[in-house]
Amino acid sequence: MLRILRRLEGPQTIGRGPAFWAAFGLVLAAAAAYPWLVDGYTVGNTAYFFCWVFMALGLCLIWGYGGALSFGQTAFFGLSGYAYGVLTLNVGAAYGFTLVAVALAVALSALMALLLGYFLFFGRIGGVFLGIITLSVTLVMERFMAQTAGPEWRIGAARLNGYNGMSGMPPLTLPWPGGDLVLFPDVALYYALLGLLAVTYLALRILVNARFGNVLVAIRENPERAEMLGYDVRRYQLGAFVIGSALAGLSGTLYTAWGQYITPSSMGLTAAALPVIWVAVGGRGDLTATLVGTLAVLGGFQALTIYGSQYALVVMGLLLVVAVLTAPEGFVVALLRALGRAWPGRRRGAPAP
Amino acid sequence: MAFLNLAFAFLYQLGDAFSFLVLAACGLAVVFGMMGVINLAHGELIMCGAYVTVATTRAGLPLPLGILSGALVAGAVGMLLERLVIRHLYGRPLDTIVATWGISLVATQGTLILLGSSMPGVGTPLGSFAVGSYSYSAYRVVLMLAAILVLVGLYAVFNATRFGTLARATIQVPHMAEALGVDTRAIYALTFGIGAALAGLTGGLYAPTMTIVPTMGTTFIMEAFVTVVVGGADIFLGTAPAALVLGAVRALLTSWQGQLFGQIGLLVTVILVIRVLPSGISGLILRERA
Repeated sequence: MLRILRRLEGPQTIGRGPAFWAAFGLVLAAAAAYPWLVDGYTVGNTAYFFCWVFMALGLCLIWGYGGALSFGQTAFFGLSGYAYGVLTLNVGAAYGFTLVAVALAVALSALMALLLGYFLFFGRIGGVFLGIITLSVTLVMERFMAQTAGPEWRIGAARLNGYNGMSGMPPLTLPWPGGDLVLFPDVALYYALLGLLAVTYLALRILVNARFGNVLVAIRENPERAEMLGYDVRRYQLGAFVIGSALAGLSGTLYTAWGQYITPSSMGLTAAALPVIWVAVGGRGDLTATLVGTLAVLGGFQALTIYGSQYALVVMGLLLVVAVLTAPEGFVVALLRALGRAWPGRRRGAPAP
Repeated sequence: MAFLNLAFAFLYQLGDAFSFLVLAACGLAVVFGMMGVINLAHGELIMCGAYVTVATTRAGLPLPLGILSGALVAGAVGMLLERLVIRHLYGRPLDTIVATWGISLVATQGTLILLGSSMPGVGTPLGSFAVGSYSYSAYRVVLMLAAILVLVGLYAVFNATRFGTLARATIQVPHMAEALGVDTRAIYALTFGIGAALAGLTGGLYAPTMTIVPTMGTTFIMEAFVTVVVGGADIFLGTAPAALVLGAVRALLTSWQGQLFGQIGLLVTVILVIRVLPSGISGLILRERA
């Protein structure tokens, strides 16, 4: 038990020791108790937030740890979302097939990331171009899906429906003795996503604190030096890109299953900007900061949308500019650092000068 | 004769694609070549140029003057952005891109809020001419000439003026240039302004051929990106040849399968090209020469 705990913490993540894990347990317990405190709609809405966090964590791995900024994570989000739709509309939800569809859709994203990443990383293109190419990929995919309105654009029983997008696919369904368990956006889906999120978060913590993560950070800090030390920079970056993109794909399938629809605009320019905003505002260098920041920005964005939907995007854009200018490490990381500085001082009881 | 007509049709398509790529990319390429950053608000500067052009033209200014005012306003906006945001991010190219993306979001949505979802445009001037059984828009030929003029003009500015000499010195060894008394900050600001003005010019030139909406910048950016990526850092050795090659790909695929496949073809070409030529065509030419 202690050995597992030790692998969860290390130089690449903020938070260690009994105090942090006690707080983590408290937050998890609070999250588990949450559905009893609020109404069903709010629970479903929080589950909606959870859907997006996987993509943010994936981008955090690629950008924050790997130093390779991908602007096109929404390409994988959309690809997996559409794949889930096509698969489930054709086969249905019986015998737990929706779970198989999730696995297949995520695998498809990983495969596409492997192919695209091979050309990008093995072509050794610089950080600036990586962002632009991935952004171009997602924009072209949006335009492609937007023109699939005609009846000739169908895969089996699934119409692609152009700009209106696909809808009517079944939600996640667990095979259960005595009748399938359908995870509508409600308490059941909330718990499923919370569990998945906790497992993903802890697994990523183990990954970045293991050898892989250390090498990845070494590459981010100085690619030439890492290469001189004998590491194949391209393989590590490709690995991070595939894992991060698979997580974006997972977000896409969960989102599609949550709302039972997916549209081309989920791959558009605005959609592509949002993950970058979450990760930049939260703190790209740390998984916990990304997790907290993403949930905070998502919540704030939705609140803004309710009060003035037009202005929400303006605020998001300004937030991004301000974050880059004043807190390049992200607001959550800056806050944690400030707390860390304040805390020992107070403990020592040093009088203010 | 039928063959000649077909050849002209292809040349016209090629010229159209070439001028679109050159005009879409030149402002981006100038800034990239100078500072190594990509301005993701490039599309919004194009949109700004188009809006100003349409507004002034509808207010009674002749179209060429309207286009000029579009370029000037976009250039001024660009220099303002440089002063407020970009200047603080030198040496952090990735952060610059992210920040310009924020600006792009604000600009698109802000225009939507202030000016509504669309604006009545101005008609395409100059009418059409016919070769064989096809008819062609004369204005598109003007655009091709404009693209060539822009390239020639940039070449002149960077090779025959004092600013050009200082700019090239700043590109090559910024610290040395600074040590020799070049105000590199002013050079950066001016270059960014030129890039923005070129974007505005592009917006103004294409304004009569497009619907004027806040998101019109996205029509240009993907093409601009791929041209700059394939071209590399040098605008004359990179952007122009890249636009020619990509223009041929786009013209062929567009006339064969339609506009979308033209775009997909561009993207696939780019991904294949960077695998072989990571620093673009200009990188290849410069390496051969070295």
